[in-house]
Order: sequence, then structure tokens, then C-alpha cells
Amino acid sequence: MAELQDVTPDDQPLLVAEHLGKNYGRLTACRDVSFALYPGEVLAIVGESGSGKSTLLQLLSAQLAPSAGRVSYRMRDGVLRDLAALGEAERRFLFRTDWGYVHQDPAQGLRMAVSAGANVGERLMAVGWNHYGRIRDTASSWLERVEIDIARIDDAPRTYSGGMRQRLQIARNLVTEPRLVFMDEPTGGLDVSVQARLLDLMRNLVSELGLAAIVVTHDLAVARLLSHRVMVMKGGRVIETGLTDQVLDDPREPYTQLLVSSILPA
Amino acid sequence: MTAMIDITNAEKTFTMHLQGGVELPVVRGVSFHVDPGECVVLSGPSGAGKSSILKMIFGNYRCDSGRIGIRHRGAVIDLATAEPREVLSVRRSTIGYVSQFLRAVPRVATIDVVAEPLIANGTTRAEARDKAGALLRRLNIPERLWALPPSTFSGGEQQRVNIAHGFISDLPILLLDEPTASLDASNRAVVVELIEEKKRQGVAMVAIVHDDEIRHLIADRIVDVTSFAAAA
Repeated sequence: MAELQDVTPDDQPLLVAEHLGKNYGRLTACRDVSFALYPGEVLAIVGESGSGKSTLLQLLSAQLAPSAGRVSYRMRDGVLRDLAALGEAERRFLFRTDWGYVHQDPAQGLRMAVSAGANVGERLMAVGWNHYGRIRDTASSWLERVEIDIARIDDAPRTYSGGMRQRLQIARNLVTEPRLVFMDEPTGGLDVSVQARLLDLMRNLVSELGLAAIVVTHDLAVARLLSHRVMVMKGGRVIETGLTDQVLDDPREPYTQLLVSSILPA
Repeated sequence: MTAMIDITNAEKTFTMHLQGGVELPVVRGVSFHVDPGECVVLSGPSGAGKSSILKMIFGNYRCDSGRIGIRHRGAVIDLATAEPREVLSVRRSTIGYVSQFLRAVPRVATIDVVAEPLIANGTTRAEARDKAGALLRRLNIPERLWALPPSTFSGGEQQRVNIAHGFISDLPILLLDEPTASLDASNRAVVVELIEEKKRQGVAMVAIVHDDEIRHLIADRIVDVTSFAAAA
């Protein structure tokens, strides 16, 4: 189970989804999803391919407009705002600073031809940092934090291994100290040994920084290690939700029981 | 109410959807309480539902009906109906659970596995590691093993790491599932000592112990689980 955060029952939600839905013509990708995410809380969305979990992640991160319902986010001024009603400057603030987005394929989240240092520094420059020395220092300290050898700071990520690229993508996302990180199958394309190292790293970073995160994964082991709470999706609907160990150790719905019983013992 | 744990009419049934919806009643009418500084031992044959009751008190198994009152931060919270975030809060500052098997993250050093609950509660890493080391030493885990992940250890060593992890924090409630199962006599005696110390600190404990001698040493009261058997 993920390390417990300082989650107290009396604080206010960071992100609220209300009756969220998305149709593509007559096809329903996602239907009637409602939940609240609190600061420091890690939520896993699990389900197999086509269950609607990736669509849901795109709706929650304002990359896709919902057909129904809405998503609200508590801005740094403490006011909960409807994402659809945000101005361009506020949206930019969210994408560049207050949110992180870790793609399954690091090539989508990194610039593959520029140096690792520049990949991390770029996010800082986008929020107004302009002192080269400070940017480079901060970038190197982040590379160290994600266990990338500083000697590789000037190399482009296309010369990196898959695991290193994913760790670099994480550094690039976390350097602006976001409050919320979206992750889409973050361990997806990696070898098992590389996955374990990455999971351990993510788990520590999330807990040290008190980050809230929404992690889409089809891997229940990832959900168990990283998340406090889990939502199980099937056919575009949330069919079961609860504390991660509760849902995995005492699954109630037939589909969840099937998922849990389908894990191959190591 | 002064009890730390107060359970009334708790009930649990598993519905096995993959086996044609077979209903497996586990327990019903579970009612007992535990006071501060008291160790209640659950007795009954294998399969009577002892571990399930512990898991229900920890919020790991859901409760179909009834009430699981837990004294948490000066108020009483019903774990049978609590929100996930409330259950997490209870686990962080009120209830600790020593399971039969250690479930540790790969790659993490033994000393850090043991220190983790203290760090999560705000103790500095250095202080937490000091306490972790002291506890590991008491439980006869040699210092040369502390930097290794416990996954490489023997069953008995893993169990002792698990006990250190469970006993390190100052939580007011501890749930113990066979804490002495794979230990030799001298390590069993250490665990009995640790339980005595927790009692003196006012910790309320619920334990499952098959060893008659250990049970006799630690139990203030015995609750017979067979009376909660849910007849199918």
C-alpha cells in the first residue's frame, strides 16, 4: 500500500468531477463520473483497454471537452473554478506550473532532440526563470533526484534508455512544484526490473512533495503500490470505488473480482 | 465511551461472483470492545473468521452491516461507514496492523522499511532510523542486514522486520495477526516483552495467537470467535 499522506478529513478538495461524460457520436466513452480528489491524495483509475480510463484522464486534465458534467479545480487563490470557464492565462498556468502530465511514451512528454538539462530547464523558463546558472543548478539537482547521472545532463534523451527517459519526464514535470500530476500508464512500456525502480522513485517523490496524483493504469500492482484510492472502470462507467487495499483484497463487483483473480502469481 | 474499539453486530459475507455467485458467510453478530492497555485475544479454529475480524477493524475488509467504533483523535469514528480518507487518517494516527506476512516495496532497505511509519508521521529520518535500529537489534536482526531489502531474508527474519515495522510507532491501537508464528523461543519472548510495554503505554490490542503458552502470557481477555460463526 502507498505510504500514507497527511490527509486530514477536514481540508477541501483540489479537484472535483461532477457527472462527467463524453460521447463520440453514438459511442459513449465515459459516463456519469463523479468524485473529489484531495491534496496529497493519489487516485488510481484501473480497467482494461477500452474501459474509458484514458478518455477520463483527458477530460480531467482539460485536454478534452466533456459532453456532459464538469471538472472544477481549486486554484492557488483557494477558489474552486470550472475548468471549462478558465481564461487562457489561467489554463497556461495550470499546464505549465500547477499540473504535471506524465505520458506513457516519454517521447510525447519530452523534446527528444534537446539536452536533458534543457528539457527540465524549459519548464522553469516558461514560468519566468531567466538566470542560466540557477536553472542549470535546479535542473541538475532534479536529475540527481530521479537518479540520472549528472554527466549525462547535456545529452539528448534520444540517447537515453526507456527507464531513464521516463525518469527524465518525471523530473521535467515536477521541477515547477505542481500540486497535481496526471499519469497515463507511467510504467507501461518498461521492463519489470525498471518498473520496480520507477515505482519506488515515484512513490517517494509523491509522498515527499505531498503531491496529489491521478494515475491511469491497467496494472493492479501499480495501483496497490502508488495509490490511496482506486476507481474501477468498465464500459465507460465507474463500477467500484474505495480504498485501494479494500477494493483489491475485498472486491465486490463481478468485474473487479475477475480483474483481481486474473493476476498471475509471481 | 472509554473503549478504544467498540464493535456492535458487525457482519461480513463474501459473494463469489466467479463461482456462480456463491455466498460465503464469514461472521455475524460480532460484538466486543477493547479498553486502553488491554490485549484481547481472538480464539477459535482456523476458518472461524479471526483474521477477517482483524481486517474489518483495520478497514481492509468491508463490513456489510453493524458498527466498528474506533476512538480516533478524541472522537469516535465508525469504520464500517467511514470514507476512504477517514480510514487512511485512522491508520496513520490510530491503528497499526502487524500482518502475518511482510509486504514491502522492492529495493527498500530493511532499516527504512521499519522507520517508514515514524517518518510518515513527521519524525525526522535520523531519529526514525535510530529507533528502527534499536528495535531491530532487540529482535536479533544483525546490523549487517539492515541495508538490505527484507525480501532476501528468511521467513523468521522477515516476520521480525514486520514486527519492528508494526511496533515502532506510538499508535494507540495495534492489531496482531500471529505475531510469533515463525519465531524461535528467544524471539517469542522479545515479542511478549514488546506487547507488555505497549500495554503499560495504554495501547489497546487485538491479537490472534495459536500458541497456547503465548496466549496465556499476553491475553487479558479471550473472545471466542466461534460464537460469531455465520451458519451457512
